[in-house]
This record gives sequence, C-alpha cells and structure tokens, in this order.
Amino acid sequence: MGTILKDYSYTPAKVKRGYSGKSLYINVSDLSIEQKEITDFMKEKFTGGKGFDLWYLWHAVTPETRWDSPENEIVMSVGPIGGITQYAGTGKTLVCSISPLTDMPIDSNVGGYFGPLLKFSGWDAFELQGKSEKEILIFIDGNNGRIQIEEAEDLPEDAHLLAEELTKKYAENEDDMVNISVVCTGSVAKHAYMGMLNFSFYDPRRKVCRFKQAARGGLGTILHDKKVKALVVKYRGVKPNLNDAADISTINKVGVKYHKEMHDLDHKQNKMRQIGTANTIMIMSQYDLLPTRNFQMGGDPETVKISPQVFIEEWLTQGLHDGCWYGCTMSCAKCADHFLLTTGPYAGQRVTVDGPEYECAAGLGANLGVFDPQAILEENFYCDTYGIDLISFATCTAFIMECYQRGQITREQMGGLDLRFGNSQAVLELMHLMSRGEGFGKIAGLGIRKLKKVFVEEFGADPQLLQDIGMEVKGLEYSEYAHKESLAQQGGFAMAIKGPQHDEAWLIFMDMVNKQLPTFEDKANALYYFPMFRTWFGLVGLCKLPWNDIVPADNYKTDSPAKVPEHVQNYVDLFNAVTGRNIDKEELIIQSERVYQFQRVFNVRMGKGERKDDYAPYRSLGPVTREEYLSRQELYDKQLRDFQQLDPETMDLDEKIAATRRYREDQYEQLMDAVYRRRGWTENGIPTPERLKEIGMDLPELLEVIEPKL
Amino acid sequence: MKVLTHKQELCTGCRECELACSRTYFKTDDRNYSAIRIIENNKTYRANKCTQCGECIDMCTANAIYRDRNGVVRIDKKKCVGCLGCVGFCTELVMFYADDLDVPFKCIACDVCSRACPEGALEVLVSRVKEN
Repeated sequence: MGTILKDYSYTPAKVKRGYSGKSLYINVSDLSIEQKEITDFMKEKFTGGKGFDLWYLWHAVTPETRWDSPENEIVMSVGPIGGITQYAGTGKTLVCSISPLTDMPIDSNVGGYFGPLLKFSGWDAFELQGKSEKEILIFIDGNNGRIQIEEAEDLPEDAHLLAEELTKKYAENEDDMVNISVVCTGSVAKHAYMGMLNFSFYDPRRKVCRFKQAARGGLGTILHDKKVKALVVKYRGVKPNLNDAADISTINKVGVKYHKEMHDLDHKQNKMRQIGTANTIMIMSQYDLLPTRNFQMGGDPETVKISPQVFIEEWLTQGLHDGCWYGCTMSCAKCADHFLLTTGPYAGQRVTVDGPEYECAAGLGANLGVFDPQAILEENFYCDTYGIDLISFATCTAFIMECYQRGQITREQMGGLDLRFGNSQAVLELMHLMSRGEGFGKIAGLGIRKLKKVFVEEFGADPQLLQDIGMEVKGLEYSEYAHKESLAQQGGFAMAIKGPQHDEAWLIFMDMVNKQLPTFEDKANALYYFPMFRTWFGLVGLCKLPWNDIVPADNYKTDSPAKVPEHVQNYVDLFNAVTGRNIDKEELIIQSERVYQFQRVFNVRMGKGERKDDYAPYRSLGPVTREEYLSRQELYDKQLRDFQQLDPETMDLDEKIAATRRYREDQYEQLMDAVYRRRGWTENGIPTPERLKEIGMDLPELLEVIEPKL
Repeated sequence: MKVLTHKQELCTGCRECELACSRTYFKTDDRNYSAIRIIENNKTYRANKCTQCGECIDMCTANAIYRDRNGVVRIDKKKCVGCLGCVGFCTELVMFYADDLDVPFKCIACDVCSRACPEGALEVLVSRVKEN
C-alpha cells in the first residue's frame, strides 16, 4: 500500500434524469480537490460527454498551452444516456485534452466501465489538471464517497499487470472485481507522443482484466507527464435505473426490441458477435479499401490469410459474452484466450489478447504488409499493454517502412532495424525499443509530422515525397481505410475536426460503391449530416457500432437506409426517456452542431482550424508513385478520358500522374468550398457569427476568437 | 434436470397456473407477472414456459445466469443488472420482465403451477440427463 497523500470525503450526488449534476476537479500539482456544479447552461449548450469535456478544457487552457503545460487537462465524461444497461453500447466515455500530436483539442471515445461507474459515484465529468512531483494514483470509492490520492512508485508500468494488481487491491473478493475499473497507460507513454489510455473492465468468466482504449492523440502520454499512474473507480450496485430515467418503460421496450434484432439478424449481417469489427477485412480488400503497405494499394491477395474466418476458427474464443459494458449484446470486444507470446518481456507467457479489431488487423496487418494472424495478435497485445495507440503506431510505422524501402532512410539510421514491409519481427522489436526508450524506438513514436522533419533535416530525405506519403493531417495519423476513389471520404478524413479519424464520417460505400453522392452539394450534405450525427454519440455516452453495424431487416425499404432511420428514432426515444426532455431527430443534430462548431472555434483559438489545416497528403487523394498508377492504370486512364478529355495514349506515365494529380487536387478544393458553405464556415474554414447565432452558440468568448479571422 | 411440461390435450385454458405463479412470486393477480403464459389458438391452448435450454447462460452480459444443481436455469439477482439481453435473445420468448422489477423472471420448474392445475395438464419432470 502506497502512502496516502490526500484523503477526501464527499456525499455522492444521486443521478437525476441522466445527470448527477456534479463534476470532479483534481489538481495533482497541489493535490487540491473541488466539486463543480453542472449548470443548466452546460446541459443546454453542450449536452454532456465531449461537450462537457471541451467546455472545461476551454476554460483551463490558453492559446499558448501545450500538451505538457501544467494547466492542460485530461477531461472525461460519459453523458446522460451513459450507464443505462438496457441498450447496446451505452458505456462510452469521451476523453479530451490538448494533444502532443496536434497541439489542439483531441477527443477519443472509449468503452470499459470507468465512465458509468464514475457517474454512479456522483460525477458527470472529471477534470485532471496539474503535474505531480511523485508518481501517484487516484482512487474514487463511489459507494463510500471517498477519494484517495496515493503514492504509486512501485507499481508495474504495463497495463495488463497494473490493472490486475489494482483491481485485486481494491476488490473485497472475486465477485467485487467487476465493480472496479482502472484507467492507465503503459511503458511506451514516457517515450512516445502516441501513448494511449487503457480503460479496464473485469471479465468474470475469463478472470482477467480486459481493456478498451481512448487511443487517439496521445492521451496516455499526457497522463504519464502528469505522473498519474492510474485512476481507479469502484462502485458496487449497478442496477437498471441508476440514471433515474423519466420513462423506464420506453427504455425497456426499445432495449428488448434491439436485443431481439441482434439475436435474429447479426449472424445474417456482420457477425459482430463472432468476430467484431474485423468482419470487414475481406470486403475492404475486395473493394480496394484495405490500406496496404502505407496506403499505396487498397488490398492484397494475401489478405485471405487474415480473413475473419481465420480468426474465428483458429484464434478467437466463440460463444462467450464480450461486451465492454453491461447490456451490450453486440458483444464485439472479441479476444484470443491463452495466447502464447513469443517476443518481448513476456515471451513464453500465455495471455488474453483483446482484439483484433478492424483497425488492428488492417493497420498492424495489411498496412505493414503483415499477413500473419499470430503476429497481428502479438502486436495487438503489446500495443495494449505498452499503452500505444495502435492506429498512430501502424500508420506511422507504415510510413517509416516506405521511407526505408524507397531509400529515404537507411537501416543504419534505424539502429539496424530491418523495417521492410512484412517483417513483423522488426515491428515487434520496434515496439519493445519504444517501451524501453532505446535506439530508434526513441524517435519512432514522435508521430509522422515530426518524423518528416527529422528525416528531412537529419537524414536528407526528399521533403515533397515525405509530404505526399506521410498519412497525417493536423498532426494525427490516418485511421485504416484506403479511400483514393472516394472524394467524399477524402473530405471525411482531412476535414474531420480533430484529425483524420473515421468516427466523423465513413462515406465510402455511399459515395464510391453506391454512387449516392454524385455532386459536390450531395457530398457536402453528407459531410454535414454524418459528422453532426456521429458527434452525438460522444455527447450522450453511446457507441456508434450498434447504430449501423446491424440494421433492421426492412431498413433497405426506408427513404435513407444509410441513416438507419429506425435506430435514429431509438436514440431520440432513449434520450427523451432518460432526460424527460422532448427532442426530435432535427434537434439531435443541432445538439451535436453546437459542440462541433465549438470544437472548430477551439481549434482556431489554438492557432489551427483554418483551410490550411484541412489539406490531405496526396496519397489520400490519388496515386503518388508510378507503381500506384500502374496498379490501376485502366481506371486512371479512363478517368483522364472521361473527366479531363485527355488521350492517355499520347501521354507518358509521369504526364498521366501529373494530370491526374492536378484534377484530383482541384476536385478536393471544390469539395472544401462546398463543405465549408454547408457547415456555415467562411472560405477559410472559420465558423461564421451568423451560423453560431442560428444554433444558439454566439457566445462572447467564441465571437472574440473568430472575429479577427473574418 | 427439472423441466415443466404441458399436456396440451388436457388444458382447458383456465389459467389457474398463471395466477398461482404470479401470486406466489409477486403477490399479484396480474398475469403479466407469471412465468408461464397460456396462449389460446382456435380453442387449443399452448403453454409458454422455459425449457431450461440454457442458451441465455453464456450470452448474459453480467454473468448472472447459471444452471443450478437440479439443472434449472436461474438468475442470480445480486449479479443481474436488468439489461434484458436475455429477454431479447430467448428463442422460446419465455424470459419475462416488468417495468417495476430490476431483474427479469422465468420459470424455475418449482411445481406451484402444476399443483394448481385442476386438469393435471402440467407436470415437472426430472430427467437424469446431465447438463453441461
């Protein structure tokens, strides 16, 4: 037991209509603890979740604040629907901070039990500010109304060991372990900007701590910088109506309807209960959407080696519940049990590997040229326990590999690591080096934006090539979808508010396959509606997956199948049933837009959030290299004829690549114009005062930021 | 394994079984609180009640459903969080819930309804088949 540095008692606020009405503020510089009121203004303008996070973060920081400034905060909130048990995907916490990768607000959503248990312990939101002198942990006992800050010098660094030790420490017995959730990072966080946060939940069947991740943007790096080893919450007594819902009958009815849908349809649709999000690997490869060897190609014949069937039949335990919060019958958090590790500090041990999710199989698999399920699972385990954002790691390592294979950097410059595509042993060695902060591992975790500078300035690499093939926007690495043939998705990524993550918009099938977005205006409408709609999940405590990874049997008959209207109505009904309010699907979008526009203005305040920040690397838009052009020459030649009335027979390869590039870059500019108009932004990407007024967000502090930019 | 069986040819649809069940467990004559439901179809009567198949055990999101030593599938009320996943997943549609209850309820082959049946249409059978 570490020395107790602070012992604080409080009376846990009872949740009413989805809100406890209180937020917790802890400053680890001076160990001060405060309670704040969640005001009606906050509920009206920001709803909850990411909205509350950003509001608190705005008031904590200045335009000069950077990720490691003491005033930077990690803020988390679960939202008013969060914690209900009757519907799938209702345990999502949103975490925000100023990111070391982007120098502006990052938001990351995460499952696991922490957020709901925190709310039932009396806290709608939690702000963590300051920097501790010693390594500490913070323990919140929600049943007894107690917060303890303890020294944590001797605890293990890696997540699977740390979470297990802390769960056992605070549980009274085996049955009590499900009542504990740990937030921690891992050993990589002190050496890399892409450290993530693990959120634990105890699996009573497997008797291990499982994890979900608030992975994007370096949140684990910030937690480590604050010298906070872990946050632990304990709350015993989860019941169906701890949210004090206004209308429990509707929640039960909508929940049972949804569970039945899951039972009847999942095996005919995406098989989420068997394989989780990795169900799409083969489809992505077939549609040229699976990022392969740093997004050069969109698939590979070897993908069959990492197909869903391989994981289902040979690796993933079937038939057990795998949800990351109670009531999630989608059960997509699959895992490989008794997996034997062959490398690193835990070689020879058998462990439970959480995953692989799609991003893992695509990123650590195809995008690195690794078509070996065992290697992917081992990479997956070490990313989790070391606390690495596997998306940033995968995309960044793919970039390093291409730089190496194109002769931009040498093996010697990487300390002897042979990081060629497909060499999973070298990838794992890189992870182990990052965890120890040794050799090339010290710089590989800086992220692509900073690596481009290092490779150009120190290794003499070609800046234009690195700009074209480095898959980052705003400093954040792309998530794992190739999308050269979907202009709408190019915008979905590069114009995403926090950086290129697919949680705002995934329009590839609508745009590229089903041709439902033929004009710029159609694409702009989609790049308004879907980012706004999907933002809402993060305001109220919901997971996106149950929305459209299973759909009602008659969804195809509706006027807008891509929106899944019946599920949208479920969400409206759930929100109203919990809060007692009376929103409709249009007000739902406005709730989201208030926070979306706020976040854009926040970016502007931090010196970002302008047109210059929304440009994509050319690898996102089209073929950078001869090999890429030749791989789909027939398609690209046809486009030269159809779209530009050029005759490819009279052009050499480089001329064709250049003409394609001019056309596609111009298309992207036109898309930006259309999207900015639709979102109520100026040509430079600044939200207009008129639009802010229309949605009730013409707050003086926002107008003060945008006025000099108009 | 214990399981409640119903002889359709003897059932007159009097529903004494439903009342016996709801009165025993919830002190009410409201049949919505019965774990057995008699369904009429063209003057014949079918009984909806748990077959003790146990498909709800592994899917339970709180690990709260188990098979007891008599082979009866039961809900641990201390562990159940009322997610109603089992209600939606029950292929026989015999996991029931009510809005004022924290946990769902089901037939536990207790014999209360069979003792109340005036026609002898209900019987709890005990088999020696060992369940997993």
